[in-house]
Amino acid sequence: MRRFVPMLLAALAVMSAGCEKKTQPASPDTDASKQSAQAPAGNTAATPPAPSDANTLLLGVATSLTGGQATFGISTRNGIELAVKQANEAGGVKDKKLAMRVYDTQGKPEEAAQAVTRLITQDKVLVVLGDVASSNSLAMAEKAQAAGVPMITPSSTNPTVTEKGDYIFRACFIDPFQGFVMAKFARENLKLSQVAVLQDNKSAYSIGLKDVFTRKFTEMGGKIATIESFSQGDTDYRAQLTAIKKSQPEAIYVPGYYSEVGVIARQAKELGLNVPLLGGDGWDSEKLYELGGSAIQGSYFTNHYSPDNPDPRIQKFVADYKAAYGAVPDALAALAYDAANMAIDALKKAPDTSGPALRDTIAKTKDFPGVGGAITLDEKRNPVKAAVVLKVGDGKSDYVTTVNP
Amino acid sequence: MSQLLQHLINGLAAGTIYALVALGYTMVYGVLKLINFAHGDVMMVGVYMGYATAFTLGRQNQKTFLGVVLIFLVAMAGCALMGFIIERFAYRPLREKPRLTALITAIGISFALSYGFQLDIGFLPGAAPRAFPEVIRPNEWLIIGDRDVVVWNWQVMSLLIAVALMVGLQYLVFKTRFGRAMRAVSYDHRVAALMGIPTDRVIAVTFMISSSLAAGAGLLYAIKDTSVTPLMGLYVGLKAFVAAVIGGIGHVPGAVVGALMLGLVEEFVVGYAASTWRDAVAFAILILVLLVKPGGLFGRVAAEKV
Repeated sequence: MRRFVPMLLAALAVMSAGCEKKTQPASPDTDASKQSAQAPAGNTAATPPAPSDANTLLLGVATSLTGGQATFGISTRNGIELAVKQANEAGGVKDKKLAMRVYDTQGKPEEAAQAVTRLITQDKVLVVLGDVASSNSLAMAEKAQAAGVPMITPSSTNPTVTEKGDYIFRACFIDPFQGFVMAKFARENLKLSQVAVLQDNKSAYSIGLKDVFTRKFTEMGGKIATIESFSQGDTDYRAQLTAIKKSQPEAIYVPGYYSEVGVIARQAKELGLNVPLLGGDGWDSEKLYELGGSAIQGSYFTNHYSPDNPDPRIQKFVADYKAAYGAVPDALAALAYDAANMAIDALKKAPDTSGPALRDTIAKTKDFPGVGGAITLDEKRNPVKAAVVLKVGDGKSDYVTTVNP
Repeated sequence: MSQLLQHLINGLAAGTIYALVALGYTMVYGVLKLINFAHGDVMMVGVYMGYATAFTLGRQNQKTFLGVVLIFLVAMAGCALMGFIIERFAYRPLREKPRLTALITAIGISFALSYGFQLDIGFLPGAAPRAFPEVIRPNEWLIIGDRDVVVWNWQVMSLLIAVALMVGLQYLVFKTRFGRAMRAVSYDHRVAALMGIPTDRVIAVTFMISSSLAAGAGLLYAIKDTSVTPLMGLYVGLKAFVAAVIGGIGHVPGAVVGALMLGLVEEFVVGYAASTWRDAVAFAILILVLLVKPGGLFGRVAAEKV
């Protein structure tokens, strides 16, 4: 027995280490699991050196071109590049050409902080665009705020990012908004009256969505059948689903990530729960279709944008992006394109290009026509804009409708 | 009532998997007094071997009986080989060193496997979770009421496999020459060696059996929960270890009983309370058992040899 005690202690140490490492990032946009892409070699050098003479307006971009979030970062850079190119073709801004300086954050907050410091102090950029992951954007926001340089994050959905200060803006809606949108969609479009909730107890993202969803859904006259929970990294949800089945819901709201949702869908079907699942942008991954198989088809989730949206502005963006990069732009590219256009718009309208002037101009953004919906910034510098609802099909998701706030 | 019954079935199915993993822990501990923390990760590697085999066979052939047998055979043989290699190069050189050294090495191997498998180079699978192919066509084996209670064919199969392996293992340990050698090595490997028992070979074979058990358990787990990730071994391995300790580590039926208990308790905690409580309750039971019966439910507290 005496020998056993140190072994047990070691076991507990292993466990705690294991748990720590398993913790997934708190926002879907930080999710590292999208298939890592071929990152361009020497990504920093790949950017043409921007002349910083009096004829150029320099935009700074810090995003993850390598690492687990590389696909997200590359889409982001492409979206910004496209916006800059189009602005230059249209004659530039204030008789000057736009240029961009890109640094790779490798998906790490410390790299992001370093990149933004370089952009501000060395390259003297006018606006900072980035990053995808909320944790990186938080590190960057501090530096940008301290230096008085406006920063627009295209796709960090965590509410705390813009709370870092009045120089920080974003081009995407924040997490709780999706809960509201799904409640409205479930009640008005799907005419559901009784929905169960299966939330991730360890994720602020999931709990935030659940809170807003349940409040809004009950306010609109619906009934929450039951609220069950799981913990990130679980793979067996049968106990919760058995309890949910007993409550006889018409649908299950699962504000989680694709890695869990796919398995939940399969196990729900297995237990005879033939109802659709509802969710948020954490579902948006190729992996969803693989993990969920046929069980996930017919479920709905909220997202920032859909390339299938017939809106001519979106179709033009999709066509331009396809021509430039040979791929259908994902939500990250669309949001980055919007963020860059917000910055360019502010550069056009601002009386001069100093930090405070730009900040005031960006803050006044109203009804700005983005491909991810019209953007109007509220007093917390978050856009008030529409979300789309997608229906999961075979290997892809189809546009269903746009829900306005 | 039907909910209770369904929970009971789900809990037994989960416990069965823990049982198979726990058997591997218990065997190695029984012989070497080493807690092989890499065991869960060996299981994970086994799952990926099965995954690769299933895809090599092609999607069409997955559901044939022969296909399933082949997947299990390849994964179990592959893991046996890996168990042999790990024992030969990581544990054997440390056999005469303090026991803690081997334990730390085991933890090192565990992390090397689980994080190494998250790299995305060459044949390594990368961090993203994957869906394990349906190698066994899921069939409802028993349905009560209007699908109030559903028992699946794979649940019954894994329970039968676990029981058969447990009986087989008991037979191996207590009725065969090899089992007698195992017990002798377990008692004192130096004296056993003096008596002409090839201790190194006995230990190597023990590792191979335990590793192939892990692969089998992992495949059943992957068939049950469909999602496979490089980190799955850490979690399942730890739970199985707890089960083995509850049952009395080194005790074969104890490991199975402990594992089934743990599976049931977890299921009921999640079903009737909340998933947040699951691990807390599991470890509370572990502490309680160790306080009341330090050797585990079935174990004996052996006097330290001086």
